[in-house]
Amino acid sequence: MAVTPPPIAFPASRPLPTETGNPAEPAVAPGRLSIATAPARPTGQWQLLLLWLLLLTIPFVAPNAYVVSLANVALINLVLIASLNLFMGFGGQISLGHAGFFGLGAYASGILNVKLGLSAWIGLPIGALVASSSALIIGIPALRLRGLYLSMATLGWNSILVVLFNRLVALTGGPNGLLGVQPFSFAGFRFDSQLLAFPLVWLASLVVMLAIRNLLRSRTGRALRAVATNELGADAVGINSFHTKLLFFVLTAGMAGVAGGLYVHINQYASPETFDISSSILLVVMVALGGSGTYWGPVIGALILTFVPQLLLGYEDAELMLFGLGMLIVLIVFPGGLARVPEALMRHFAKSKRP
Amino acid sequence: MGTAALQLLVAGIGTGSIYALIALGFNVVFKSTGAMNFAQGEWVVMGGMISALLAGTFNSIAIACLIAVLAVAALGMLSERLVIFPLRRPNALLITLVSIGLAIFTRSLVMLLLGKKPVGYLGFSETTTLTLGGISVQTQTLWIVGLTLVFLAIMHVFFERTIMGKALRAAAADREAAAIVGIKVETTVLLSFGIAAFAGALAGAIITPLTLASYDQGAMFSFKGFSAAMLGGVGSLPGAVVGGLALGLLEAFGSFYISSNFKDAIAFAILLIILFARPSGLLGRADIVKV
Repeated sequence: MAVTPPPIAFPASRPLPTETGNPAEPAVAPGRLSIATAPARPTGQWQLLLLWLLLLTIPFVAPNAYVVSLANVALINLVLIASLNLFMGFGGQISLGHAGFFGLGAYASGILNVKLGLSAWIGLPIGALVASSSALIIGIPALRLRGLYLSMATLGWNSILVVLFNRLVALTGGPNGLLGVQPFSFAGFRFDSQLLAFPLVWLASLVVMLAIRNLLRSRTGRALRAVATNELGADAVGINSFHTKLLFFVLTAGMAGVAGGLYVHINQYASPETFDISSSILLVVMVALGGSGTYWGPVIGALILTFVPQLLLGYEDAELMLFGLGMLIVLIVFPGGLARVPEALMRHFAKSKRP
Repeated sequence: MGTAALQLLVAGIGTGSIYALIALGFNVVFKSTGAMNFAQGEWVVMGGMISALLAGTFNSIAIACLIAVLAVAALGMLSERLVIFPLRRPNALLITLVSIGLAIFTRSLVMLLLGKKPVGYLGFSETTTLTLGGISVQTQTLWIVGLTLVFLAIMHVFFERTIMGKALRAAAADREAAAIVGIKVETTVLLSFGIAAFAGALAGAIITPLTLASYDQGAMFSFKGFSAAMLGGVGSLPGAVVGGLALGLLEAFGSFYISSNFKDAIAFAILLIILFARPSGLLGRADIVKV
């Protein structure tokens, strides 16, 4: 074959200059997040507990079961987006495979239930463990490198998983989906409606949000932020940045696995396209729209992901276009995400007050 | 080499050329912005679908394709002006995210304006297949390989000999230094989007006679282009060619000798193994810092 590539070599890559203006380690190196350099301080747990107490009223005020099912979807989405935000927003890493870990948790727990009759209570932690272990295997080679390598590795892993979900028909049910998954049950009592499942999702999302808050306040959480800001600097002060990144990658993949276990036993069904790369990319988008590296951003992201498609339902074919347009406008006008809008407005008014 | 293997080799080089063109577009934008451009695949689809639309109006498929490719290149530059240029503090992640929004918007626009049905047209030659050395080769595959080579040669001359190409390389190497010597860095980003859209649309226009074009293929093309670029070494032009061909051959041989059901999984698995063993890609520079 006579395909000789012309000897064109681009010069070695140098990233764009930034507002921080440190040429040695600019925050905009490919695959790094400049907005992760100034993460908002995690807010107090009282706000969180108060908000979740308010959420408890949903089953009582909801007009029908559909609204409760939307609340369940929103809380599962929150677990996914908040965990991705922990790794991406606070850790400065771009994972394009979060939906893959979600799917691995769902299929692992679902298959164990359908094929071996294993209870959902045992399947869910096993699913989370399977997702975490796969993150460990992918993370060990991929996280040693900077830049786009984690993105490529997670994208590749997610593609492989979707092919497996589709093609291992005997195990996964293939494109028709995994059917006959049993709901959570306790001493003969089955949590088999959206209403009964709500407390489970409510509790799981609360635990995840509290865990993320406490992790961010811990020594490892501070180490993660240091790594996101400047990896070389973090190494210089004695943080093992590789171990820190790996720990959070494995941990957040496990959280996605928990979300998968909840999803599969509540819906009693799983289908490959729920977990494809487009879903992973959508999760990344939601982290950014909500406010990458903010504690409350994922709540906004989960609300957008769950309810905006409902609002656009009437527009049929134009739905996707309106979504893309809205996303572009938010990113161009509020590049820090919606959770930073009050902060930005306050700064704006403080500035204009000055003589 | 058996006939089957030879046949696969030709098919692999055909698809590989398409991936090479997409990876080249991906690389050009990556060099000028540091971002992954997810809109790359949508331009491939647009190239194919607009060509199909024009093929009905014009009598010559070649003219239809040429106009379509130029139109998409213009659209690529227009997109840059509309969504990338207004960013107040552009950074790699923000541009990547904006490109996702652009991809979603473009895809739905293509769906609304050009329809949901897959479209296609006949190949560039009257005869569809030739028999060469015992194997049958589709003439369109030859066109694909030939046009890709011509485009790569033009790109080579552009980057090495023209002042614009040199300015683009300078801005990619060091934005500030390039700005100091009088290069308009924003213009080079605009230009890189034009080149990327051109390369993508060209890929779409020449592959459509073989595979048909449909509005929902864009994401797949983007992922394949990104993978080919990573495989060859991000940011390197010869790397895009080698990565594209390697990915095309991997898929062709993998689906034949191992399993066509698991085609994508095999290609990605081998790709990951290669990347873990050679992180900078097959031809990339070793400028990735190992921790």
